[in-house]
Amino acid sequence: MMARERAGLKVRGSTAAAALAGFLVFLAAAETLHAALAAGPGRERREATRALTTQLGLTDLALFTEARYTRHRSLADLHSAFQDAPMAMEHFPAGSLVTPQRAFPDAALRAGTGD
Amino acid sequence: MPPWFERHRLLIDFAVASLLRRKTRNGGLLAVYTLIVFVLGSIMLFGEAIRREAAAVLSGAPEVTAQAMRMGRHDFSTRADIQKLGRLLGITHIEGRLWGYHYDTASAANYTLQVPPAEDSAHALAPGETIVGEGVARLRKLTPGGYLFLVSAEGKLLKLKVKEMLPSASALVSSDLVLVSEPDFRSFCGLDPDVFTDIGMRVSNPQEVSKAAEKAALRLPGFRFVTRADMLRTYEALFSWREGLLLAVFAGALLAFVILAWDKASGLSAEERREIGILKGIGWDTGDVIAMKMWEGGLISVTAFLAGAVLAYGHVFLFSASLLEPVLKGWSTLYPRFPLTPSVDALELSTLAFFSIVPYMAAILVPVWRAASADPDAAMR
Repeated sequence: MMARERAGLKVRGSTAAAALAGFLVFLAAAETLHAALAAGPGRERREATRALTTQLGLTDLALFTEARYTRHRSLADLHSAFQDAPMAMEHFPAGSLVTPQRAFPDAALRAGTGD
Repeated sequence: MPPWFERHRLLIDFAVASLLRRKTRNGGLLAVYTLIVFVLGSIMLFGEAIRREAAAVLSGAPEVTAQAMRMGRHDFSTRADIQKLGRLLGITHIEGRLWGYHYDTASAANYTLQVPPAEDSAHALAPGETIVGEGVARLRKLTPGGYLFLVSAEGKLLKLKVKEMLPSASALVSSDLVLVSEPDFRSFCGLDPDVFTDIGMRVSNPQEVSKAAEKAALRLPGFRFVTRADMLRTYEALFSWREGLLLAVFAGALLAFVILAWDKASGLSAEERREIGILKGIGWDTGDVIAMKMWEGGLISVTAFLAGAVLAYGHVFLFSASLLEPVLKGWSTLYPRFPLTPSVDALELSTLAFFSIVPYMAAILVPVWRAASADPDAAMR
């Protein structure tokens, strides 16, 4: 008895496996095509958003609007999450997802005397 | 058909039949394997896409932002501070910026109130007018011509006519924005006429940004200067952290899977050992047995990788990473609806493929080779 008959298959196992792999590769190819087609409109959208950022002078992403130090991440200082009161604990959920602002600008530290 | 092709085809036939004999066990393994690749792939694709998006849109941010600091806290900048900066070589434009937060009790959301810069004629506003972002319009059900009412902490009412809405495609940076005129902003927030939230500077030559910030720091020693490169670095670090954090949360499940897969792949059951013994007894050579077992493992791992990667792409780029959204959202009532530009990074995919397929295949090889090299008589007993 053939292996496929024992397993109750109507087609050969290799044919079924090739069909499944082919289907998945087809889906992957369709997604690659989708990515290629969406690249142009995506670039235009990003360019329009970048232009708006320049016009309005925006500095941060509007991803975490729950607290001021998460809304404007790059402008918040290291202590802002804890300065509501002495010994206050940081309590917004986004605070556990964002890194402490360690990228303090070093311009002031490196400032020399001459222009 | 070349003989090697037919030989491998027969081996695959046998491998498929062997997998189907243990349907539940192999089906469960395939489902968990696919889920693991799906979650890993989703985190990787989302992290990379949002990093790219942030870098692209924030490349339009002001080159330098100066904040007054007092007692370690952000303080107002004044007209006198702007005058102190005067004319600095390389800085083409200096402007006091007016922006702040407003907690709206009606929608239980934080808005960012902002006055558009004076030179931005496209968003110029008369007193009583506003331009709102996608999120604010969504929460307050606003359309152009409608009215937005805001109540300050002191109970002051501000009635604003919606002039237009900011494009929803820019929601990632503008979702919570409420643009208002300078007189409205100052009277609503109770600000003196000569104070500003901070100072924005434009530098013509990108190479001179840090030098310009250094020069400005000499004139305003109590200020903190944030350059555009700092902002980009902040977001780069933030998303790397987030990706790492999600992976850390996921590490427990990943470890459980690794143990399961290792156990399944490396520990042959007595039944499998006997099967190998019988195959050797009826004339299969060691190479055939190893090839058949490698096909078995390959079918499971490659199918799981392909299915997981395809599903991850669909999740992130067709369904806006809806399963990751609750993690990002936190307590934000106002979460932007933003599309991510799809892209497939070959290096990322190869990394995912390498780490999802190779360890599993490697775990199979040694025990199968050991069992296949053993004496068939001993294996069958």
